[in-house]
Amino acid sequence: MRQKTLHKIILNLALLVVVFIILFPVFYIVQTSLKSTADIYSGTFFFTARTKNYEEIFTGSRSNFAELTRNSLVVSSAVAIICGGIGSLAAYSVSRLNWPRWVTGGILVWLLFINMMPPIVFVTPYYLWARAAGIYDTPAAVVMAHVVLNMPLAVIMMMNFFAEVPKELEEAAVIDGCTQWQAFSRVIVPIVRPGLAAMAVLVFVFSWKEFLFALSLTTTSAGRTIPVGIANFVQEFNIRYGEMAAGSFVAMIPALILVLLAQRHIIKGLTVGAIKG
Amino acid sequence: MAQASLTNPTDMRARLFGAGSFKYWSVAPLLIILVIFTALPIIQLLQMSVSELEFIEGELVSEFIGLGQLDNLAKDPIAGIAIKNTLVFVVAVVLIETFTGFALAVAISRTRTFSIVYRSVVIIPLLIPPVAIGTMWSLIYDYNYGLITTILIELGVQYLPLWTADPDLALISVIIVDVWHWTSFMFLIMLAGIESIPPSLLEAARVDGANEFRMIRHVILPMMAPTILVAMLLRTILAFKVFDQIFVLTSGGPGTATQVISMHIYKVFSEQFRLGYAAFLSLLVAAFMTVFVVFYFWASRVVRRRLG
Repeated sequence: MRQKTLHKIILNLALLVVVFIILFPVFYIVQTSLKSTADIYSGTFFFTARTKNYEEIFTGSRSNFAELTRNSLVVSSAVAIICGGIGSLAAYSVSRLNWPRWVTGGILVWLLFINMMPPIVFVTPYYLWARAAGIYDTPAAVVMAHVVLNMPLAVIMMMNFFAEVPKELEEAAVIDGCTQWQAFSRVIVPIVRPGLAAMAVLVFVFSWKEFLFALSLTTTSAGRTIPVGIANFVQEFNIRYGEMAAGSFVAMIPALILVLLAQRHIIKGLTVGAIKG
Repeated sequence: MAQASLTNPTDMRARLFGAGSFKYWSVAPLLIILVIFTALPIIQLLQMSVSELEFIEGELVSEFIGLGQLDNLAKDPIAGIAIKNTLVFVVAVVLIETFTGFALAVAISRTRTFSIVYRSVVIIPLLIPPVAIGTMWSLIYDYNYGLITTILIELGVQYLPLWTADPDLALISVIIVDVWHWTSFMFLIMLAGIESIPPSLLEAARVDGANEFRMIRHVILPMMAPTILVAMLLRTILAFKVFDQIFVLTSGGPGTATQVISMHIYKVFSEQFRLGYAAFLSLLVAAFMTVFVVFYFWASRVVRRRLG
């Protein structure tokens, strides 16, 4: 019995070390973002916290985080809404409306394929299209790319949720005189609402953190999102560490909120494409 | 439902507007997006990769050069280096993360005390922007003011590594960051695998007097082997995408020490502005990954069949 307790203590100590390793860099970024430049250079652990770096990135003349944040919010919200709508409709159709197996399987394989393809493959065509369509360097271009990137997650997550809804519910609705659309929108969607919300939130966060397309399809703060703004800090000759840290922390906020709400649904969504164990 | 003929106009109208039409238009937007934004780009890439493309006064000018991009590839010394770096990176991170992810999954499946806390914290690296992970670690690695330097000076160590600025250490530095970032992914898949092992099996082994180590070696590992294999394949595929953190941490440098395929294509595209060659390289990557993904589908199907 005593050995068992000892085991438990060692195990939890080891896990606490892991928690520390994961949380420390986040803590370090927050700490740096609250330091003055002098405190960063001296490497001290004792300092007076100040919000100057945050003020600087949002209102200072050398940064444009106000615009970048607006773009990020617009892009991520649009992507979450579009993926949520199109994704759940398609997922419902594919999993419930008696499509032949090859259609269902074909769409699923296609989606997984997109999920696994390195996104760099699509960068040059999208770049040309965005320029041709006149949406280069606007949030619309980034939305276009992000919708494609997140569609696999949206559809596959929703397919899992629809699979859990008993078939009798729609059948009853149709017998009661609902059309298929009404059965979907009035009976099924309210049931899967928690799952739909989890999916939309996850898509929001994935769009929020995407970098490659946000970088390639934009060139000024008219279209750029927060990750591109952060990456710009690193490329300057004299890196403004405090502001870079402040920007990085702002970029992490949606993720940190999501962790607080963390639930089974979201954890499932993170491993889309893996076989079910 | 009655089988309607595609050629009969009345049936067609019934399909599009009739009672059963919901089935078709509910999936249509997805299919349109898939065709336009994932099938057409591949065709466009084919077209671009047999051309030399240039913007002259804002107009895109394209000249047919057939297989001329093959010559460009032969003359591009960095492509080979990028492939080599990518392979080293992928093999290293997959092996390390399989081990760390498995260990973490076993540990967390063994505890109930703070299970929720552990699980929530572990998914953090998968949700924060990779660019922010890059800046975080560049602060930690920074030679002048970074955390590691500060600690080493505090400890009185004379030799201070340059990390991302040292050609010999740069790739390793990037790999360390990736392990921090992606271990959680392997953990989630492995944890699902462990939790699907019937508890009676573990109980039986325990009654037979197996200790923790033997339990892992003789019960958990063999039961998990298919899951581990598929997780490794999936992680391999995803690891080929690596871009964001390398962009922030090293931009492929110093020199070409951390130049990976995505980074190289990006530079060809955005710095040298050779769109045709970038498209050609993209197409090669797409072809290679297709083979790999098909292999993954095949392997996971075999595994699923074996599991039941």
